[in-house]
Amino acid sequence: MVIKYESVIHEFDPYFNYRVTQFLSKNGIYEFWNWFDDRTWYPLGRVIGGTVYPGLTLTAGTIWWGLNSLNIPLSVETVCVFTAPVFSAFASWATYLLTKEVKGSGAGLAAAALLAMVPSYISRSVAGSYDNEAVAIFALIFTFYLYIKTLNTGSLFYATLNALAYFYMVCSWGGYTFIINLIPMHVLLCIVTGRYSPRLYIAYAPLVVLGTLLAALVPVVGFNAVLTSEHFASFLVFIIIHVVALVYYIKGILSPKMFKVAVTLVVSIGMVVCFIVVAILVALVASSPTGGWSGRSLSLLDPTYASKYIPIIASVSEHQPPTWPSYFMDINVLAFLVPAGIIACFSPLSDASSFVVLYIVMSVYFSGVMVRLMLVLAPAACIMSGIALSQAFDVFTGSIKYQLGASSNSTDDAEDNTSTNNAPKDDVSAGKTDKGEEIVKERSSKKGKKKEREPADKPSVKAKIKKKALVLPLEASIVALLLLIMLGAFYVIHCVWAAAEAYSAPSIVLTSQSRDGLHVFDDFRESYAWLSHNTDVDDKVASWWDYGYQTTAMANRTVIVDNNTWNNTHIATVGTAMSSPEKAAWEIFNSLDVKYVLVVFGGLIGYPSDDINKFLWMVRIGGGVFPHIKEADYLRDGQYRIDSEATPTMLNSLMYKLSYYRFVETDGKGYDRVRRTEIGKKHFKLTHFEEVFTSHHWMVRLYKLKPPRNRIRGKAKKLKSKTSSGLSSKSAKKNPWV
Amino acid sequence: MVKSTSKDAQDLFRSLRSAYSATPTNLKIIDLYVVFAVFTALIQVVYMALVGSFPFNSFLSGVLSCIGTAVLAVCLRIQVNKENKEFKCKRKTIKTKLGGFLWECGYV
Repeated sequence: MVIKYESVIHEFDPYFNYRVTQFLSKNGIYEFWNWFDDRTWYPLGRVIGGTVYPGLTLTAGTIWWGLNSLNIPLSVETVCVFTAPVFSAFASWATYLLTKEVKGSGAGLAAAALLAMVPSYISRSVAGSYDNEAVAIFALIFTFYLYIKTLNTGSLFYATLNALAYFYMVCSWGGYTFIINLIPMHVLLCIVTGRYSPRLYIAYAPLVVLGTLLAALVPVVGFNAVLTSEHFASFLVFIIIHVVALVYYIKGILSPKMFKVAVTLVVSIGMVVCFIVVAILVALVASSPTGGWSGRSLSLLDPTYASKYIPIIASVSEHQPPTWPSYFMDINVLAFLVPAGIIACFSPLSDASSFVVLYIVMSVYFSGVMVRLMLVLAPAACIMSGIALSQAFDVFTGSIKYQLGASSNSTDDAEDNTSTNNAPKDDVSAGKTDKGEEIVKERSSKKGKKKEREPADKPSVKAKIKKKALVLPLEASIVALLLLIMLGAFYVIHCVWAAAEAYSAPSIVLTSQSRDGLHVFDDFRESYAWLSHNTDVDDKVASWWDYGYQTTAMANRTVIVDNNTWNNTHIATVGTAMSSPEKAAWEIFNSLDVKYVLVVFGGLIGYPSDDINKFLWMVRIGGGVFPHIKEADYLRDGQYRIDSEATPTMLNSLMYKLSYYRFVETDGKGYDRVRRTEIGKKHFKLTHFEEVFTSHHWMVRLYKLKPPRNRIRGKAKKLKSKTSSGLSSKSAKKNPWV
Repeated sequence: MVKSTSKDAQDLFRSLRSAYSATPTNLKIIDLYVVFAVFTALIQVVYMALVGSFPFNSFLSGVLSCIGTAVLAVCLRIQVNKENKEFKCKRKTIKTKLGGFLWECGYV
């Protein structure tokens, strides 16, 4: 964290956001909207104004500007590093508000306390994780809160605020489509379960219209707000809710008989019209390319879509489905409390609680598809668990109060009523593994319990018996209370541990414990600094796309591809170059004006996320566009190897050569600590590249493209006859290396 | 069968009309405004279909803001309607409606 390492920006994406914020603070907002970035995706460049979600950078820029105008001189970097923790505090407050709307302030406090510590959210909001989700999760929860508030009060004021919060969410993160699909789903659910009310209309209709208007304002979304399928659900439900509202209105002013007539008339005509409209819609969507689903949304709906059609989406580790242990790691104890909370929401079922149930069901599904979306699950889980915890506390403390208050007259009655509870009582003292069942059993008695808590001090015991109140015996309540507190303590311990160990590492600086103490591997920053000091400003650097943002931000050099991954062909070109032999790779890089190639290599120190491990993805992505690259050529019997059994294509590829050049000089045998074998080809020379820099632990290696030789030996006569046809493009492609 | 349905349809329209005329005047004014807003939006859609959709953003903003005021007017009507037991008689709804309307104008 900030204390352990320094105030440094983590990971890869935040570097891009940081660079954008720097630009914004230096040049002002008009330049920002119109910025065309020519230092990435050479030679294509990138329209920053139109392809970035501006919410985060605008927020941080505003904070920086505001602080500076108050004469508090904080640097942009400091503001960027600390934006995330500040907004996670806001998110906690928003969770309190949301849960308070659903269940009451006790639940709200519990949920807010849980969110403040849940590891999944902490992983994206540590100081230094300057990424979109830092503000987006706050915007998400706040939008949901305003929606529920509007639903509960039916006030247009909150509806307006809701639309504004939704606008902020659209500015911040692509995950806003979650909101614009979840809310219509909930409206539909309410209508179908007969819970339509005018408040529902007020909550939903202005949101759709104003929200779409505002969403179209954000350049990234633009016309997608009305054209893409991700938004169609909202429009469809918009139409449906108008129909339903009309139906209710007419029902209200007509007599029942007339209404029946109306219904038959409308249904017969309406069916036909509906059919026509639906047919038109389907034809529109199927025919137009922009009206379809985007690749990422499709891969959410069909998890296998990406691996079949778009390998680049499949290759991002954040887009993989999560493992079961990662659920426990990320939300810990909440995983047990969530089902209890769901049941608590059903008694009584209100609009708000049905929304929260829907939210958690949807987020569980989506987080099962993509591990990055565990982040969306975290607030839902906290809300549910907060509800469950507060209800449990209510029951226990209530029964303690009741027991202590009415212990004189109601012991016999209490015993009668609690005879059914003796069995769970034993379970509770046995161990907290039965906690889940016990809470479930209490849920059924919660309703009766709540009603009878108020008259607890009155001596009217008989009335209580009639209400079928199930009071828990005193000992059970106390024990259960203690166990709940212990549960909370375990949760806190786990969260603190996870935050400190697992999620605090800025992946740009690595550390490891050894007998000599803490080793710090600062190779990345070392090499970026070397790049910025020892190369020309206009030199182009080629590397795999993971390092693009960091290279542009820290080394200030133009890169070919970066983390935005918007151009698959360009990335495939780089991937092909990395997989080709030296000559072919040199030609590809030369055509892109590349001067330096950057390779990350972890074999010396055992760093597992290096380029050799990512190499197969380069092959796959390259092979997706250039069919002469075949993955099978690089595998021996289906296995990926780099030792003496590796295929010749593998041993000749640029990636292999650039990673292992002179590696054998380190220990004489060339033992790769990550792959745990000795490398295949040990002694070789590079003909088209020269090594210019290798960092301290060999983690980053920089190579320069050798310029073509002045004299061409041998085949001069052949060249003469070819150059007489005089095509300059042909001679540029011509290999001067003979 | 057809005769009975047409007779039913006529009865239906008559009863609808009689029930509607019973609504108070202020609600009727709001309804008129809603109809006007939707009508304006429809005109814009027809215009776009005739002339072509360039520039799309002006079309979008025009249509959506018309529909937006229509929706807000409906919300106002819901809140002012005395028959609606969930809402007390409100004077501040005018303010809220004005608020939404104003910044919608700002956007356009």
